[in-house]
Amino acid sequence: MAALSDHLLVVAILAYAIAMLTYAAEYAFGNRGVVARIAVRERAPERELVGAGVPVGGATLDASGTDPSDSVDEPGAGGDLRAADPPAAIWAGRVATALTLVGWLAHLSCVVTRGFAAHRVPWGNMYEFVLAVTLVGASAWLVLLVRRPRIRPLGLFVTLALVILLGIDGVKLYTPVAPLVPALNSYWLKIHVTAAVTASGILMVGFVAAALTIVRTGYERGKTRFPYSLGDRLPAAEGLERLTFRLHAFAFPIWTFAIICGAIWAEAAWGRYWGWDPKETWAFIAWVIYAGYLHARATPSVKRTIATWIAVLGWGAMMVNLFVVNLVVSGLHSYAGVG
Amino acid sequence: MATLDELTTEAPPEPPRPGIGPGRRLIGMFRRPWRWLTSMRTALILLFLLALAAIPGSLLPQRNLNVDKVNTYLAQHRILGPLLDHLWAYNVFASPWFSAIYLLLFVSLIGCLIPRLRAHIAAVLRVPPEAPARLERLPVHAEDIEVPGGGEPAAVAARLHDLLRQRRFRVKVREQADGGITVSAEKGHLKETGNILFHFSLLAILVAVALGSWWGYHADRLVVQGADQGFCNTLQQFDDYGLGARVNPASLEPVCLDMTGFDAQYLSNGEPSVYKAFVNYTIGDGAAKSATIQVNHPLRLDHARIYLLGTGYAPVVKYTDKYGHSQTQVAPFLSTDAMQTSTGVIEFPDANVPATGVDPSHKQQVAFSGVFLPTLPSDPSVGASAFPAERNPALMLTEYEGDLGLDAGIPSSVYSLDQHQIDTGRLKPVGKQVMLKPGQTTTLSDGGTLQFIGTRPWATMQVRYDPGETLVLIGAVCLLLGLIVMLLGKRLRVWFRVPPEGPVSAGALARSLYPGFKAEFESIVKDAKDARTAAERSTLRGS
Ligand code: HEM
Repeated sequence: MAALSDHLLVVAILAYAIAMLTYAAEYAFGNRGVVARIAVRERAPERELVGAGVPVGGATLDASGTDPSDSVDEPGAGGDLRAADPPAAIWAGRVATALTLVGWLAHLSCVVTRGFAAHRVPWGNMYEFVLAVTLVGASAWLVLLVRRPRIRPLGLFVTLALVILLGIDGVKLYTPVAPLVPALNSYWLKIHVTAAVTASGILMVGFVAAALTIVRTGYERGKTRFPYSLGDRLPAAEGLERLTFRLHAFAFPIWTFAIICGAIWAEAAWGRYWGWDPKETWAFIAWVIYAGYLHARATPSVKRTIATWIAVLGWGAMMVNLFVVNLVVSGLHSYAGVG
Repeated sequence: MATLDELTTEAPPEPPRPGIGPGRRLIGMFRRPWRWLTSMRTALILLFLLALAAIPGSLLPQRNLNVDKVNTYLAQHRILGPLLDHLWAYNVFASPWFSAIYLLLFVSLIGCLIPRLRAHIAAVLRVPPEAPARLERLPVHAEDIEVPGGGEPAAVAARLHDLLRQRRFRVKVREQADGGITVSAEKGHLKETGNILFHFSLLAILVAVALGSWWGYHADRLVVQGADQGFCNTLQQFDDYGLGARVNPASLEPVCLDMTGFDAQYLSNGEPSVYKAFVNYTIGDGAAKSATIQVNHPLRLDHARIYLLGTGYAPVVKYTDKYGHSQTQVAPFLSTDAMQTSTGVIEFPDANVPATGVDPSHKQQVAFSGVFLPTLPSDPSVGASAFPAERNPALMLTEYEGDLGLDAGIPSSVYSLDQHQIDTGRLKPVGKQVMLKPGQTTTLSDGGTLQFIGTRPWATMQVRYDPGETLVLIGAVCLLLGLIVMLLGKRLRVWFRVPPEGPVSAGALARSLYPGFKAEFESIVKDAKDARTAAERSTLRGS
């Protein structure tokens, strides 16, 4: 069972990676005009797409991915091209989504078999935690995709995040199946960690949305340097920004709940509900940053871009909490199980 | 929590009176900083400062978590170390600057909450406000709405009133001077209620934390198994303790406890899987009770809880000195690694006292210093245990003789010899290290004997009390509730203007432009045009 779980992880990573490449293909060849416009404008070479290495020309327009009402076209890129995504690109998009689904199924099975192999909830160490967080992230992405098909261009970046995190997880953090240390042997593990996993997974997708909001906003303001050039095929910044907010507004109470449950558990396990252990400290820092994001967004005098940057910062704190605190700083939460 | 009482009983704010007295001028002087402090922007900045200030607390060793690490760090960083110490860098969360930030934040919070609460109460009590003069200026509006009702303004207004009531709006109908009618509707006060609840919960948590730090305490004690080794909850009997500023040491929960047994189980890789301490305890003059204390399952008393923190082995040895006088000692050894390689000392200050009288110079006191290995490794030169359970226990001791330095008045560790006495030659090692298995006896160079009888388990117990805890929990739950209500709630105001004749116009305003705001407005307008009455529609929907 444990070995099966390990194989399924490889399948999941591969499926997500191919999905990512396929999303990239859709991204790159999204309309017929690409090649022609590369020839005309000669500004293609500086535009490279991260992750895939597929050169994208002035892939300005697309119909399948973008909200028709929000195109910010450069002059000359005629609107007549909009509707004309080649069937190949449309197919690439569909195949990418199907592959993401395949990856998700493998991912889900990987987590479930791991649970059976260990005879417990499969999030007892850092390897399993990352596995579960990314599973929630992938699930959140698929749910979003069903509800708003137009955000499909984000898929490239969501799968990129999944592949990176799962890759690090499989290569650097892998831990064989083992029972729990006594301190973890509590039903609070199920409640507290499940909430933390759920919040983190949604915040991961929230981070992708926030980062792309910044990219797209820059693009809409006429920036053409590298990260902004990716904004080309993204949905309008306004919609992305709202999506970012909704994801964070959804995840923040769950994160709050996770911290509260952590405190209740800490009271039983360590004798105090809060002790500024490094993990607690960084959970608090992330919480404060996300609260700051919600504040900033509710304050009209704070620019939306600044608010969105705060959300990105929040994910930075979550990552510090996951990687730096588990692997570098030692504390009571040293259950990472990574040698 | 005086502010709470003020809030609920105080009259609505009075308009500022003219005239400038000395008091007014003083208030005026503070008004600007106060405004600044209670602005949301300042709260945001303070929020970030708080997050920033917490970072060193997680990266530098902290005294409240691990004093040894702080000392090591200080020893390694001769210049930077003490400098940081002056800045409270090893006690960040109790530092004046950290406290300053959160206190400012909470003053800011109070300053911003009180007016908000007042405004909210007023808003809840007030009827929905009159329609703005120009509905077309609102974020969404609609013109030329044909509302059934025969063009009679009163009938149209009544329909709109019913329609909005049915949608859970609070509605106010006003007749205008020109014979027209406006219908004002409002909903979503729950959002603001949630917001205020959330922020007050933050305050409650702060108050509760303060309660805990003033009236709470914790105290640690190492307990060796055995009725003769118990302890009572008084400060003299603890190895280490921390008392809140307002704790009266005489009034700690009067509990006495001893450990009757300990169950430790380990996985094959040496990681512990079960730690269980079986204890007997009494409270005051009450009857003795027994209980099991485990990780995650402290012993919960009314005014204290007792936690199991760690465990180890206490070797029991019988020493017979050269005069034939024997003593038995139980000495807890402290583990130095995950496999319970344990070090410690066993001291016999009363050894070698001639039958004729005392030994005033303490020249012949005896101590044994060494290592206990619960599982002797196959290669004994490794010097470390191979497994934390007692599979092949061995005790390795070196004898020391001389002056143990116990009378010097300087508190010394019971887990190691006084290095000063050894360095000055007043305490000298005698003979070679000996290795004993349980039951074995060795004869020492001066004719005395030493027998390793066996070991007893010990456990470190922590007694804790925190009177703020319940309030923190209540605060946290309210905080979460408030948060959810605040984030889900939607505040919406809708106005209809019914002119004396002609079509109706409408507009709406949302406090935050939530998604679906426009759709909701459009659906209201659509219902307004609907020929059926509100009641008919609802029966239709209900079926
Ligand atoms: C630890 C400190 C604080 C935390 C964690 C916190 C958290 C929050 C959160 C999560 C929201 C929700 C934002 C939304 O409605 O979408 C909020 C709203 C708000 N907070 Fe705070 N807050 C804190 C301190 C303060 C302070 C000191 C003030 C006053 C200066 C304040 C004023 C407000 C206001 C006015 C709103 C409502 C925004 C709106 O609904 O439009 N907060 N707060």
